[in-house]
Amino acid sequence: MITIPYLTAVSTYFSYGLLFAFGQLRDYSRRIFDWWSANNLHGYAPICLAHEDFYIRRLYHRIQDCFGRPISSAPDAWVDVVERFSNDNNKTLKRTTKSTRCLNLGSYNYLGFGSYDEYCTPLVIDSLKKFSPSTCSSRVDAGTTSVHAELEECVAKYVGKPAAIVTGMGYATNSAIIPVLIGKGGLIISDSLNHTSIVNGARGSGATIRVFQHNTPAHLERVLKEQIAEGQPRTHRPWKKIMVVVEGIYSMEGEICQLPEIVSICKKYKAYVYLDEAHSIGAIGKTGRGVCELLGVDTADVDIMMGTFTKSFGSCGGYIAGSKDLIQYLKYQCPAHLYATSISTPSAQQIISAVKVILGEDGSNRGAQKLARIRENSNFFRAELQKMGFEVLGDNDSPVMPIMLYNPAKIPAFSRECLRENVAVVVVGFPATPLLLARARICISASHSREDLIKALQVISKAGDLTGIKYFPAAPKKQEEVKDTIKLD
Amino acid sequence: MDTNLVEMFRAGLNWVTMALDAPSARVVLFGVRIQWHIFVEVLLGFVIVILLSQKSYKPPKRPLTEQEIDELCDEWVPEPLIPPITEDMMHEPPVLESAAGPHTTVNGKDVVNFASANYLGLIGHEKLLESCTSALEKYGVGSCGPRGFYGTIDVHLDCETRISKFLSTPDTILYSYGLSTMFSTIPCFCKKGDIIVADEGVHWGIQNGLQLSRSTIVYFKHNDMDSLRSTLEKIMTKNKRSKNLRRYIVAEAVYQNSGQIAPLDEIVKLKEKYKFRVILDESNSFGVLGRSGRGLAEHHGVPIEKIDVVTAAMGHALATEGGFCTGNARIIDYQRLSSSGYVFSASLPPYLASAAITAIDVIDQNPDLLVKMKQNIALLWKGLKDIKGMSLASDPESPIVFLELEKSSGSTKEDLLLLEKMADRALKEDSLLVVSSKKSFLDKCRLPVGIKLLVSAGHSESDLIKVSESLKRLASELLL
Repeated sequence: MITIPYLTAVSTYFSYGLLFAFGQLRDYSRRIFDWWSANNLHGYAPICLAHEDFYIRRLYHRIQDCFGRPISSAPDAWVDVVERFSNDNNKTLKRTTKSTRCLNLGSYNYLGFGSYDEYCTPLVIDSLKKFSPSTCSSRVDAGTTSVHAELEECVAKYVGKPAAIVTGMGYATNSAIIPVLIGKGGLIISDSLNHTSIVNGARGSGATIRVFQHNTPAHLERVLKEQIAEGQPRTHRPWKKIMVVVEGIYSMEGEICQLPEIVSICKKYKAYVYLDEAHSIGAIGKTGRGVCELLGVDTADVDIMMGTFTKSFGSCGGYIAGSKDLIQYLKYQCPAHLYATSISTPSAQQIISAVKVILGEDGSNRGAQKLARIRENSNFFRAELQKMGFEVLGDNDSPVMPIMLYNPAKIPAFSRECLRENVAVVVVGFPATPLLLARARICISASHSREDLIKALQVISKAGDLTGIKYFPAAPKKQEEVKDTIKLD
Repeated sequence: MDTNLVEMFRAGLNWVTMALDAPSARVVLFGVRIQWHIFVEVLLGFVIVILLSQKSYKPPKRPLTEQEIDELCDEWVPEPLIPPITEDMMHEPPVLESAAGPHTTVNGKDVVNFASANYLGLIGHEKLLESCTSALEKYGVGSCGPRGFYGTIDVHLDCETRISKFLSTPDTILYSYGLSTMFSTIPCFCKKGDIIVADEGVHWGIQNGLQLSRSTIVYFKHNDMDSLRSTLEKIMTKNKRSKNLRRYIVAEAVYQNSGQIAPLDEIVKLKEKYKFRVILDESNSFGVLGRSGRGLAEHHGVPIEKIDVVTAAMGHALATEGGFCTGNARIIDYQRLSSSGYVFSASLPPYLASAAITAIDVIDQNPDLLVKMKQNIALLWKGLKDIKGMSLASDPESPIVFLELEKSSGSTKEDLLLLEKMADRALKEDSLLVVSSKKSFLDKCRLPVGIKLLVSAGHSESDLIKVSESLKRLASELLL
């Protein structure tokens, strides 16, 4: 749980209040200025109302250079970040032709498949030459190739379920599958910090949505009991079905879901479990099979397992794994399967080859090495950051590490300072996180070497000192002096 | 006698009044003489105050006891997650063993492919394969991140600039999946309370976007401009416009469900008269319609600035994956932060973006591809014009040739099974891949179902003759 120090909370509110006040002042003067110049809308309502994009215009644009940084090489451990400049105070940014080589701590490249791979890429190029980048057709018409069929078998075997269905985008998987499985008269109970794709899919289904406290099985049980006893709102009819949606690793917290308790509660109350393993498949567990393997949950107990291939497999797309009947029904009804273009064939080949490498079926032990390396790297990095006094979230073994920043001014300061020292980090603020809880998120990869991590630690420590984000006392056994003076900018 | 009584009564009354007035006869409070009725009124006031402060009667609340809750939980039986699997759900699609070009291989046999939206025959083009190979060697396959967090690769920015240059629009934004383009764009601009007038034949992606936007949706008859005009008229008279109410018309350039082409010039005239904005989906018309393939605006001679938002999926004429949205700078900039399919999802794999750039270059340099495709459509129309049991329902210039059933059996399910049988027989007996309509229960479109043929510039004349003969034969066998 995040416990924000009182003084930090007050200063963060004050900073936001100041930014808000200045933004309103500028909006007001802009309105007066525009009143004099002609209005060229001719009777149409404005397409974006003033208050809807207030945040974008007055707060986000000031720090726009910290987001959306273009790169000009593969998203590997070291990446070329393109330099940008602005002539109008950060409102628009233009590319230059120069780029700096930076250590990449922001891309989701957990097992290092994000760039040219000696086993995977030649196979991908072969399949590209044979099948072309796209089939231009949906899966049911002429979009199923032998590679797609092989991919679904391979994914099902890897995840540990009888069958699987693959779509071309992870986000659309959630939006298209949840409405097929549950509709009006059903209940979806989702974790309070679930991803936007799950929220959109749940809204699109028409079912009633209830939220339980993040990762708290006791609260889930209370909500379930209450809801089953009460029934549907207003009519009090019994619910048609109940589905509990959780994620394997929560991408903004780095926490691993408490799956064994949640599964046992759902079994007791006869609810269906939907597990979204976008970040955890391939990254945790002894053979990379995700949170079920790590926590010892039988895959037959989880009804629907969903995941994406973007993070650990270096490709694109999403999958759903379940029983044979479930997958057959989804193939018959799921809109993403019936109407959308099938996943690109070379991407499918990349996933198959990546799974083969992870399982060691390509004849080498690179897969086992990668899995061991990502575990070691994550645990080492997290321990070192905590020793330095940073507030780091997330459980052990999780490759996602958010470092708390809180104050809005520290967001660009930290990001720019790290970039100056050639380390590329990702900073996240409102609206992806709650208003007060801005953070910097580190994603460790198996392709980071120990020297890379040590350099990263040095740079982050220096930037942390400059911005004053070492909220906890540093471990005393280091010979550096205790940090009792915090420099504020 | 009675005057006596009256006098006595009056005297009694006077005496009572005096008696009651006596205590306060000379009291003057705040300049007002106090009289006896003041006491009565004060007493009444107290009674009212006491009554109001009493709690009203509520029947006692009896919440469920723990034991009752446990019993209810034990008794509750959920529905199964999926309905029981029936025979028709087990249908397997054909598995291709080579690229999905005009000719492909299924089960070892060579098959003529009319089921891929490969309108200009760019599948298998060597320039595309070359640029993809070099992109794969440089960037790997995936982009490993959303656009905001180091997932923006320079090919994405180049692709966006190239599309803007091709269509002469100020700016473009790239999406990683064709289907998600529409259902991310629409909720960005349409919020609760706005009014959207949409064609009833739009595909599922648009329907999902309309549902997610929570605006008021009004459907008009498929591709019927009179219906559109009367709907707009009705809306404008009902809502004496509020200043901040936004109004949109949503249409597709070439409808995926019926092959009709939207009459853009009339839509633009109506839009300007009633002050609506137009959102147009050009998935099946980009690279196909117009003299140089610039889409529906060029086809009808309408300047593209008049269309407010243009979206398209690239999985059709451009033979790659993903989608884009183009329009003026304000609209595109707004989507970069508020469109959920752009912000919360990984970006397009770089090799697909470089394929898109190369495809547009090829279209620019080879206008004869369009001519060939239009010739093929005309030939196919000639071959199919006297088919029995089905009628050509699409526009003569659209690359989607749609044969709808003339006589429906009454139930959509039966129709779909019949069409599926027809497509299976076409594959087995004549080695032809055609599209039979498929419907998910989530799809609200009620247009008639039929067989779709997607014409490509790579088809030869013999292919077209073969498919016409085969369909005519199958239609006469199965539909009469």
